[in-house]
Amino acid sequence: MSTALFGEPIARREDPRLITGQGRYLDDLGGGALEAAFVRSPHAHARITDIDVGGALEIEGLVAIYTWEDLPGRVGEPLPLLIPHPALTHGRTAYPLARDVVRHVGEPVVMVVARDRYLAEDAAERIRVTYEPLPPVVGIEDAARAERLVHDDVPGNAGAHLVQEVGDAPGAIASAPHVLEFRLDIERSASMPLEGRGVYARWDADDESLRVYSSTQTSTSVRMAIAAKLGLPPVKVEVIAPDVGGGFGVKIVHPWPEEVLVPWAARLLDREIKWTEDRREHFVSAAHERAQVHFVRVGFDDEGRLLGLDVRIQHDHGAYTPYGIIVPIITSTQLLGPYKPGAYRVEFTSLYTNTVIVTPYRGAGRPQGVFCMERTMDRIADELGIDRTAVRAANFVQPGEFPYDQGLVFQDGRPLIYDSGDYPEMLRRTKELIGWDEFGDRRAEAERQGRRIGIGLACYVEGTGVGPYEGGHVEIDSGGRVHVSTGLTSQGQGHQTVFAQITASELGVPIEDVTVTTGDTRRFAYAVGTFASRAAVMSGNAIALACRKVREKALRIAGEALEADPRDLEIVDGVVRVKGDAGSSIPLRTVAVLSNPLRYAFDEETRRATQFAVGGSADTPPLTGEPGLEGEDYYSPVRSTFACGMHAAIVETDPDTAEVCILRYTVLHDCGRLINPRIVEGQIHGGVAQGVGGALYERMVYDEAGQLLNASFMDFLMPYATEVPAIETGHMETPSPLNPLGIKGAGEAGVIPVSAVIAAAIEDAEGIRVSRMPISPSELFHLRLEAESGAAELTNRARSHPAPLRRAAGEAGVRE
Amino acid sequence: MHEITMTVNGVPRTASAEARRLLSDFLRHDLGLTGTHVGCEHGVCGCCTVLLDGEPVRSCLMFAVTAAGHELTTVEGLGDAGGMSPVQRAFQECHGLQCGFCTPGFLCTVTAFLRENPRPGDDEVIEAVSGNLCRCTGYQNILKAVHRAAVLIAEEDAQ
Amino acid sequence: MKPPPFTYHAPETLDEALDALARAGDDGKVLAGGQSLIPLLNMRLAAPGHLIDINRVTELDTVEVTPEGVWAGALARHARVERSDEAAAVQPLLRAALRHVAHPVVRNRGTVVGSLAHADPAAELPAVLAVLGGSVEAASSRGRRTVPAAEFFAGPLESSLRRGELAVRAFFPALPERSGAAFAEVSRRHGDYAMAGAAAVVALDDDQRVCSARVAYLSIAATPLVLDLTASLDRRPPVTCDWAAAAGYARDHIDPDGDIHATAAYRRHLAGVLTERTLRAAAQEAL
Repeated sequence: MSTALFGEPIARREDPRLITGQGRYLDDLGGGALEAAFVRSPHAHARITDIDVGGALEIEGLVAIYTWEDLPGRVGEPLPLLIPHPALTHGRTAYPLARDVVRHVGEPVVMVVARDRYLAEDAAERIRVTYEPLPPVVGIEDAARAERLVHDDVPGNAGAHLVQEVGDAPGAIASAPHVLEFRLDIERSASMPLEGRGVYARWDADDESLRVYSSTQTSTSVRMAIAAKLGLPPVKVEVIAPDVGGGFGVKIVHPWPEEVLVPWAARLLDREIKWTEDRREHFVSAAHERAQVHFVRVGFDDEGRLLGLDVRIQHDHGAYTPYGIIVPIITSTQLLGPYKPGAYRVEFTSLYTNTVIVTPYRGAGRPQGVFCMERTMDRIADELGIDRTAVRAANFVQPGEFPYDQGLVFQDGRPLIYDSGDYPEMLRRTKELIGWDEFGDRRAEAERQGRRIGIGLACYVEGTGVGPYEGGHVEIDSGGRVHVSTGLTSQGQGHQTVFAQITASELGVPIEDVTVTTGDTRRFAYAVGTFASRAAVMSGNAIALACRKVREKALRIAGEALEADPRDLEIVDGVVRVKGDAGSSIPLRTVAVLSNPLRYAFDEETRRATQFAVGGSADTPPLTGEPGLEGEDYYSPVRSTFACGMHAAIVETDPDTAEVCILRYTVLHDCGRLINPRIVEGQIHGGVAQGVGGALYERMVYDEAGQLLNASFMDFLMPYATEVPAIETGHMETPSPLNPLGIKGAGEAGVIPVSAVIAAAIEDAEGIRVSRMPISPSELFHLRLEAESGAAELTNRARSHPAPLRRAAGEAGVRE
Repeated sequence: MHEITMTVNGVPRTASAEARRLLSDFLRHDLGLTGTHVGCEHGVCGCCTVLLDGEPVRSCLMFAVTAAGHELTTVEGLGDAGGMSPVQRAFQECHGLQCGFCTPGFLCTVTAFLRENPRPGDDEVIEAVSGNLCRCTGYQNILKAVHRAAVLIAEEDAQ
Repeated sequence: MKPPPFTYHAPETLDEALDALARAGDDGKVLAGGQSLIPLLNMRLAAPGHLIDINRVTELDTVEVTPEGVWAGALARHARVERSDEAAAVQPLLRAALRHVAHPVVRNRGTVVGSLAHADPAAELPAVLAVLGGSVEAASSRGRRTVPAAEFFAGPLESSLRRGELAVRAFFPALPERSGAAFAEVSRRHGDYAMAGAAAVVALDDDQRVCSARVAYLSIAATPLVLDLTASLDRRPPVTCDWAAAAGYARDHIDPDGDIHATAAYRRHLAGVLTERTLRAAAQEAL
């Protein structure tokens, strides 16, 4: 294989389009289409007693108003439960438009179609829905108490309950020399892509076919879902993901109510209809993630080695469970990170609340799991009075132990077996990068200046590239152009670049000749979607395999034309030639012509492939195999491949205002072989920025009535450039033995350990235990007060540490 | 309805729209310039930033009628005769974008900033883009791109 | 998030604007920079029947700097005042505070007078006007009046402008001799509304002792809250001032509310910290 482009940090091929305003995002399409708006529930939990649309009828430009009563057959049935699981005994999904009861603020109740969005909103504003409020369930504790129910027929508000066990964790803990027990909380955040969701549908009445554009992470599945809901054969439904302005998980959910309703109405009205979600809608009707409570019991020996780990998790999945229980399953399994836990028991309960649904957001349960495990490591170190990195090193899976079987079942239903990695070396390099061993001096210097700084680190292992499969199709046309398609979608990951790099390297063609299409069911109908850091692993390998098929075919046809053994041929710069004989060659475009024996010529190139032009034996058929210089293949892994990384940070906390500033942030990362280091680095930067948001700024704040109090960018605080530190990165490349390219996924890596790292660093700076993230200055201020009054726990290090930390904690109390 | 005329990217454009039509919607849907994006419609994200008489403004916080008679520049108009502008080229060179949705707003903001401040320091660059949200890149490469653009512009001016 | 319909007025003179405003009565709203108003319209939290767009009233697009102070006309954008070296020389607090108003792009469009008229207790400029004892000039078809800062801010998002009145300009008095000013705030993200902020002015007497110390707070009360902390500083030279005593006095004389970003206790604490920081800095400037 030529590796000329694989591994090179080339500039992205999608950029010129996106930089000049030529991108095509959902709302850029369908000029002139009718537009939809929705009346959404203002109540967290209520019974609908009446819907009066009378006031809306006088709006000029109004085309249609629909309520649940108008939805026929399967359109009106509850949305599908996408990922059933035996433990999800009480899965519930919403109706596309609320039927009788609404269960979160923002649930769609009435759909309005009008000439444009302004008018649709005018009409929506005039529709009067009468509600009989029901008591809402908000927050994990409220849900667990189950004094009120989200669904009448779900006792205890518990949708699912799952236990996984390896060994006898309670027994191991009971006999361990040291035992710790504590609670850890992570609050709600959300993917929050800058482009919201959107759907644009056009019905072709003559052809009885539907074309749908959706800002989705899975166009193939949206297609199947729409076909099923509308009773159309899938071949009559095309779904295209245009340029998508970020996804981060939320756009993997499908079909959204709007993805059913907009195509349905477009067909019914025989008019083009578009719905572009606005920001307020996105806050209250898309999806959130992260909220979990974890109760940890851990037993360990004098060196900090885990003997038994028992974790109970309460997961808040919101009002419905369309995406199943993937998030807590991932937390349960990925919590283990690079460590051998001894005996392990994990149990989760997934709870209904009257809030927006919870589905994977970049990291998908891993940030919570890593927070659990890394806070546990820090606690053990503090308890034993040994270095935090020593505890980690004592528990690592060692390089010689791969494949390493954790004995659990992962999110893909397959065993949790790590394929490769070198955790001790990564820790060594991480310490070097952040200056771990020299930090004591730095801290002492800062203390002399009256400044308070702390250091933290966290490790993670991320299962990437989950199955079941992806495919790739590669076609070389008679102009020598290479057309690559794969079914999964792109939301900014640079697929058009990296897949072209793989293709150019595999085929030996100039990258300029390669074009890549993703997420268009007209080009590739079979796919799963873009999530779980899987695109490069899955489609990258599928495309590589498809390229190899095409290459083999090209060499065979070229061999016939050149009267050479295909094994003596190579492809260089789009030309097949005999190795060592530059004079004997044939361009791939000509091979493409020859691959398709023709009766009719329509240009000079094709003339060469017609029956009187082609020689050859009269005793063999003109066509061997299939016509066309193209090939398709699929990659389906036996199980996931496991990337890993370690992040470290130095933070400064303001002794007066309790503001937190990240002074340094380092990332060491191993995602196997890098296809394009620049793109991987960009993914890491973006992930860390979202992690910083999750650690210090972002949370969904619900009041007791189930109202989201910060449903705007003014109050849901995503970091700006001023909030994100410079990120120093380093790479290791431990190839995956599981796939032909040796790659692992990278998309989610950056976000996963950030809350754990920042919590550790703040705890180190303050000497006060940090068990709940995100943490705001206001909360840190109160932690200081509580530490002073004894309500919050100091670390052992702080207790034994002399002056500065204690005095500063005291001052906060005195001031108040 | 109002007949609204403004000069967009050097070309006089007219369309009729209601007084409440946001400038962002007018540019996108009435004039077909969809490069300007809409991310929040409450003035926080910066995706819709365009240049009004050369100054960056939020087009979602302005009515098209108010902009009548003014000079507008959108991302489609940033390029020069040679193709992409130095700022645009720098964003590609430095991998300053991923999904590209926020990018037009950054490009407009940075173009105006570098015109005022051709040799900015690190803090000035951060301040200049501090009103634009990006959910993909983590900003690091955007900051790098701004510095790179300053160099490219200086090189062009020197020629 | 599209604004509701309204009747649009685009006056080109002040008289036309006042006339339109008078006819619109309670149902009229003035559009200047729009950086606060249009988000409210887009969220349909406001639905005025008439919008009087004063952006073409060029006679209001003024920034006048005299030895007495800075006069900002109703169309003076934040950015223009912020960049004015003349204004900064006469009253440095303006530039210091304006740098904290949202982000540069918002300041290109938002207006100083608009920010005052919006009367957001979390905004910077009302506190500046309040601590300086400035004023707002209101005009209507019936005439003009000058409203002192202390009377201008009536409540959260509520000014004392009357029906048919337009705030045509604001006056920020110059910093007197031997005076210094300082502004500081703590916000969640750079550019956000502050969890607490303080604008301080300190004056020294002929013996370089603190003879006046006033601090206005934002995000602490329903309107910009001005405290006179002079007494707590005991007329000492800045180097021996007990700034913590002033901070303590301030903490004892405010009653902030909590919200999702900051508890009341934290706000109170921050007000103390910012009192100390701004007084110290203002005194330094005064020397």
